Amino acid sequence: MAQMNMIQALNSAMDVCMAKDPSVVLLGQDIGYFGGVFRVTDGLQRKYGEHRVLDTPITEGGIVAAAIGMAVNGLKPVAEIQFADYIYPGYDQIVSELARLRYRSAGDFPAPVTIRTPCGGGIHGGQTHSQSPEALFTHVCGIQVVMPSNPYDAKGLLIAAIEADDPVLFLEPKRLYNGPFDGDPNKPAVPWSTHPKGEVPEGYYRVPLGQASVVRAGAEVTIITYGTMVHVAEAAARQLGIDAEIIDVRSMVPLDVETLVASVEKTGRCLVAHEATRFSGFGAELAATIQERCFWHLQAPIERVGGWDTPYPHAFEWEYFPGPQRLSAALNRLMEAG
Amino acid sequence: MTRPSRLHVPHAPARPGQPPDFSYVRLSPAGAVVRPDVGAPVTELAPLSLELIRVLDDQHAAVGPWNPNLAIDELQVGLRWMVLTRLYDERMFKTQRQGRISFYVKSTGEEAVSVAAGLALKPTDMLFPSYRQQGLQFVRGMSLVDLMCQLLSNTRDMCKGRQLPVLYHSKERHLFTISGNLGTQCPQAVGWAMASAIKGQEDLAATWIGEGSTAAADFHNALLFASVYHAPVILNVVNNQWAISTFQGFAGAEQHSFAARAPSYGVPGLRVDGNDYLAVYAATRWAAERARSGAGATLIELVTYRVSAHSSSDDPSRYRPKDEPEHWPLGDPIERLKQHLIGLGAWSEAQQATLESELNEQLSAAWKEAVGYGSLSEGPKLHSDLMFEDVFKDMPQHLIEQRAQLRREKA
Repeated sequence: MAQMNMIQALNSAMDVCMAKDPSVVLLGQDIGYFGGVFRVTDGLQRKYGEHRVLDTPITEGGIVAAAIGMAVNGLKPVAEIQFADYIYPGYDQIVSELARLRYRSAGDFPAPVTIRTPCGGGIHGGQTHSQSPEALFTHVCGIQVVMPSNPYDAKGLLIAAIEADDPVLFLEPKRLYNGPFDGDPNKPAVPWSTHPKGEVPEGYYRVPLGQASVVRAGAEVTIITYGTMVHVAEAAARQLGIDAEIIDVRSMVPLDVETLVASVEKTGRCLVAHEATRFSGFGAELAATIQERCFWHLQAPIERVGGWDTPYPHAFEWEYFPGPQRLSAALNRLMEAG
Repeated sequence: MTRPSRLHVPHAPARPGQPPDFSYVRLSPAGAVVRPDVGAPVTELAPLSLELIRVLDDQHAAVGPWNPNLAIDELQVGLRWMVLTRLYDERMFKTQRQGRISFYVKSTGEEAVSVAAGLALKPTDMLFPSYRQQGLQFVRGMSLVDLMCQLLSNTRDMCKGRQLPVLYHSKERHLFTISGNLGTQCPQAVGWAMASAIKGQEDLAATWIGEGSTAAADFHNALLFASVYHAPVILNVVNNQWAISTFQGFAGAEQHSFAARAPSYGVPGLRVDGNDYLAVYAATRWAAERARSGAGATLIELVTYRVSAHSSSDDPSRYRPKDEPEHWPLGDPIERLKQHLIGLGAWSEAQQATLESELNEQLSAAWKEAVGYGSLSEGPKLHSDLMFEDVFKDMPQHLIEQRAQLRREKA
């Protein structure tokens, strides 16, 4: 085992995959010589050569399309989109092409591409470096959508994504790259070395896609969340002294319905939380699923917390961010109801 | 391994630890490039996309057919705005390092690109800049305090706290809101110009895109629409050699100049010394005349060099030689115009020093006033209700509810 932050864990995942399988290639803006603006691909071009770690022109549509072509010709491309906020020029290639190739070719032309991209706010990035666009992709049929909340999961999930037979959108909460974040920007930053999930095996292992993780077992209420909000939820429950069961979804598509349902059937109360805008957010899918499966176990209406339905504003980062206070208010409503 | 890969991978001319190498930059002697009539057929203009239009020679004299013959006071105004741009950049970058603003982008070495072009256009021409043409903001008369308040996201911020620093706008000064996304403004400028043509207006549109961003489909959409509709637009490609760590070879520069993209769309392309104030001015004037005469769009590639980091978040010593800026063959735009004026007997080092201290005083006074209107960390703050406004013209019910919820959170 080694101590790794999320950047090192992701780097290690790609290193392991590239060493194991010569068909794995990386492509993206600034990822080669420079090692990526967040250093996630640092050293990989030196180690594997510039024909396996490709710097690309600045065109996300081109990056995704080229990755599709490479995958169809037998490579396993891992494309980096520098910020999730910049993925939209590649959206047509993802939605109309990548996600549907297997279906429309009746299985003859699958394209197992992994697209990695940093998402989420909390770094004063304004509306163009802060978005959480996962729901724009979970709504598309044919692409798996994953978001880790810690270094251990990040590495295991990325290896599973690269080895998957279908395309994966791998969202990396950039606020978690260097340490867990509980939603309080005024506290000093905490490194991953203080967190058990900063312990990461150096070699190969997988965290399977499609499995949620029970981060904290509890009896009073279930909090279903993912990414940065896992840590915010832990802080909110701790502050309130509530015995919450916190579930890290990890994989939105495919979704581990069984784990979610088992928890809510046990607790009878459910809060769904994400950083993304609330309206038509992935939380709506989670809430609908819980309502359908657990209605007769619910003691209170499902609560749903998210970012406000506005672009991510530079000056109001912490008023926008669904911090412990917004979660606590929702948890209090849940506990008082029924 | 079966056999070696035949994939070509562009290589930067020099990396850290290697001697800088600009031998790839093709230069033409100052004054050597012909200046065709703006009505000339596009096919005859194609050579302009491969040569380099220059006016100031190595002795800083203005030579050749592209000399715009500006009056002394016009040259002095240009110098003044360029110096202000540089001093503003230095000052604001320092405030970022002190934690007073969250982010900054300098335009050091590229001041002529924005200042000369801005002054060569009419005040009602619509400008669609990217995030590295702050000189346009100055020549359009934006006040220092207003610009600084945007950087501070404070109570006088024109963007009401919604945009990253440097993404300014001004409707009354015809400066379009700057996008943090790359290249998006380029085809929008073409659309604005098409509307101008539809409405029979004289005004044209001008836009600026980095050479790295010409990779984006938006750039190609812009050229195509500009070509099809003869839109009165000037498409400026600021070729400053570097897009963060991505050198211009990854945008296709090994194959052809950026100006040469245009003729294949039926649009003339001018390759211009972007550090030569007079050349930038003259090329912009030529393109503007051409647009106003109904002949349509022009692409101008401005060959320049990004002296500073990409942004306050970037460290170029990781990917290019530290001393690369000193070896840039086209010099410094401010120094060159200054020497030209001195050669004309219309400027002196003493006047330059006086100008700099006068502008520095203005900057100090403006900063003092601007921080009085608050910053992200100190002083008065924008009301967080503002977050919910302008998503739509009329606020929908769910945002009214969310605004109320935030008020309760803050109570």
